[in-house]
Amino acid sequence: MTGLMFLIPVALGMGALGLATFFWAMKNDQFEDLEGAAQRILIDDEGPAQ
Amino acid sequence: MSAHDPIATAEACELVDSRFTVPGMRCAGCIAKLERELPKVPGVAEARVNFSAKRVALRHTADLSDDALIDAIEALGFEAQRVEDNPLAQDDADRRMLLRALAVSGFGMMNIMLLSVAVWSGAPGITKQLFHWLSAIIAIPVIAYAGRPFFASAWMALKHRRTNMDVPISIGVLLATALSFYETMTGGEHAYFDGAVMLLFFLLCGRALDAMMRGKARAGIDALLGRMGKSAAVVSEDGTTHRVPADQLEPGMVMLVAAGEALAADSEVIDGSSAIDNSMLTGESRLEPANLGSVLYAGAINVMAPIRVRATAVASDTKLAEIARLMDEAGQSRSRYVRIADRASRLYAPAVHTLALLAFIGWMLAGVGWHQALLIAIAVLIITCPCALGLAVPAAQVVASNALLKQGLLVKDGTALERLAEVDCVRFDKTGTLTLGEPRPDLSGLNTEGKSVALALAQNSRHPLSKGLAKALLAQGVAPAKIGQVEERAGEGIFAQLGDRPVALARPDVTSDHPMSALRIGQQTMLIHFADPLREDIAETVRQLEAMGLDAALLSGDRKGAVEAVAERFGLPAAGGLSPADKLELLNNLKAQGHFPLMVGDGLNDGPALAAAHAAIAPGSASDASQQAADAVFIGERLIPVAKAVQVARATMRIVRQNFALAVGYNILAVPLALAGMVNPMIAAIAMSMSSLIVVGNSLRLAGAAR
Repeated sequence: MTGLMFLIPVALGMGALGLATFFWAMKNDQFEDLEGAAQRILIDDEGPAQ
Repeated sequence: MSAHDPIATAEACELVDSRFTVPGMRCAGCIAKLERELPKVPGVAEARVNFSAKRVALRHTADLSDDALIDAIEALGFEAQRVEDNPLAQDDADRRMLLRALAVSGFGMMNIMLLSVAVWSGAPGITKQLFHWLSAIIAIPVIAYAGRPFFASAWMALKHRRTNMDVPISIGVLLATALSFYETMTGGEHAYFDGAVMLLFFLLCGRALDAMMRGKARAGIDALLGRMGKSAAVVSEDGTTHRVPADQLEPGMVMLVAAGEALAADSEVIDGSSAIDNSMLTGESRLEPANLGSVLYAGAINVMAPIRVRATAVASDTKLAEIARLMDEAGQSRSRYVRIADRASRLYAPAVHTLALLAFIGWMLAGVGWHQALLIAIAVLIITCPCALGLAVPAAQVVASNALLKQGLLVKDGTALERLAEVDCVRFDKTGTLTLGEPRPDLSGLNTEGKSVALALAQNSRHPLSKGLAKALLAQGVAPAKIGQVEERAGEGIFAQLGDRPVALARPDVTSDHPMSALRIGQQTMLIHFADPLREDIAETVRQLEAMGLDAALLSGDRKGAVEAVAERFGLPAAGGLSPADKLELLNNLKAQGHFPLMVGDGLNDGPALAAAHAAIAPGSASDASQQAADAVFIGERLIPVAKAVQVARATMRIVRQNFALAVGYNILAVPLALAGMVNPMIAAIAMSMSSLIVVGNSLRLAGAAR
């Protein structure tokens, strides 16, 4: 039982953390351009430094 | 981020955002080119590409006009159009709300199931109690948050004394939650929080798919809008000009119309002569002369030289506005079309409620007690949940419209596919629909020197013919000649010096019924003919349409001769010289005869016909009004997406019908079991989820349908 008292909050906390990350990502427009993200990794970084 | 920012920080506060659609981007190279080259244009601070929506967002100084930015993008080799400032804000908010609810319900579902495993595997007494309480603590806020889209919609329906699919869902979820909470409080055997949350999760999947499809398609459409003359340069009494928005013009005002500008009001020419491109309004591809006293209509484009005109009719009195009204009225009759899912739910929801109520009453009479009777009623509500039904349509439509998008066709919303599947005949407009709608030069009469001089001259003009010429020459890889002393003379052409020889791209002395230009180098004169070429795959498209049992015909506002020449070539029946009202009448006649016509057209004169037709498709180069009236828009030079649209729409409806059959079949199997009290709400939720997954899997088969 002691194990459960400890592990269940940890499990819930990790789930909540994932949820919070998702909310953060959505608020920062991470899901606006999924296809673009897949294409961008192909771009060479030779141009002017970002 | 601003290492290469050419703009001083003092100006930074005046930066504004503009968004342009760039349908031509295809790969990572295009993204890199746009994002790297555009910030090098003076005044542009930052460019960011959204590849999914085929859009580029620019931060630039306020004094940079849309036209200048579009030119900058076109200089990189991409077609571009201005996107109006976020017309999608509302949709975006809805979609985000759904995604958040989906994430929350997913989180809740996983954790509650984790806890429920212990209970299912027979945890005794106090442990079970604890897990039930934990489940309740997670489930109640999750349901309160993730259920809002359903509760709100159900409440709206009930308030108006109607019922929709959300009513049984809301009742089922709320009853299951309340009963489970009661069980938890009293230390009962079973709690069904897991079932309730899982139900919400799967329903939200359907909603999110639906919202995603509509959002994606509309982003593409809105991207193509915004082309008309929205303001005019008004000449005041003292001779100065200032720009006045189209809706503030008054009859009698004198306006200066530059070459290449679209008219903002119906007016009469009082000074100068030019040629007018009326194709947006009449479908007539030939340029019309405009001299003293000529009557011009709003929306027409002044092609040749600047002219002064006096406004005769403005705002809602223009011929353009009249066409818009016709379209509006014709569109009304189509908007009554009800989505299939809504029609189904109208029959379905009352049946489900009645069934659940009967189960409750029946088991009460059988004497099992209110608790057991309620459990069975909830199981019936959940198992008959129109979840698979709710997914059946959006899942198929999302997959189908994505497949079509890859073929260059944007579908505006779900009902468009439903209507496209039903069409049985097609009517094409000619100019801009069967033809590309832009002048292409015949370059065969030019030598190498001629080409490079023509390009150098054409690049100095914004005249539509010059733009067409420059585009064609650039495509051939011609390098512009070095010319000096460039001068554009209104109505005559562009004049310059090449070394010691005068060169010019001018209006030819001979007249003809198709546009042309004369290129002069020294004493030498070369004529460049322009034509509006036909799309390459018309014959193939017509053949495919006929193979699907659709008869095709031409309806055009162009001259009879020009229309018949095209019609004969492809063996199509044709009617030429039609006014917008004629086209509308012809389509209404077709509908009166019980046909379901598909209209394909681009001009404003097609607007009413597009709105009246059962389904309508417009090319990406069409006017705003036409694109708004159309159900789908195709991009590029090929016509084949029109045939693909019908083909995929039909495949979609086939899949949707299969999905309905699967959903109903599952209910026929499961409902008797639930009514017999052999299913508890947990198993009901699992069965319901399985049926949803099958429906989604079936819809995925559409992915290759457009190929």
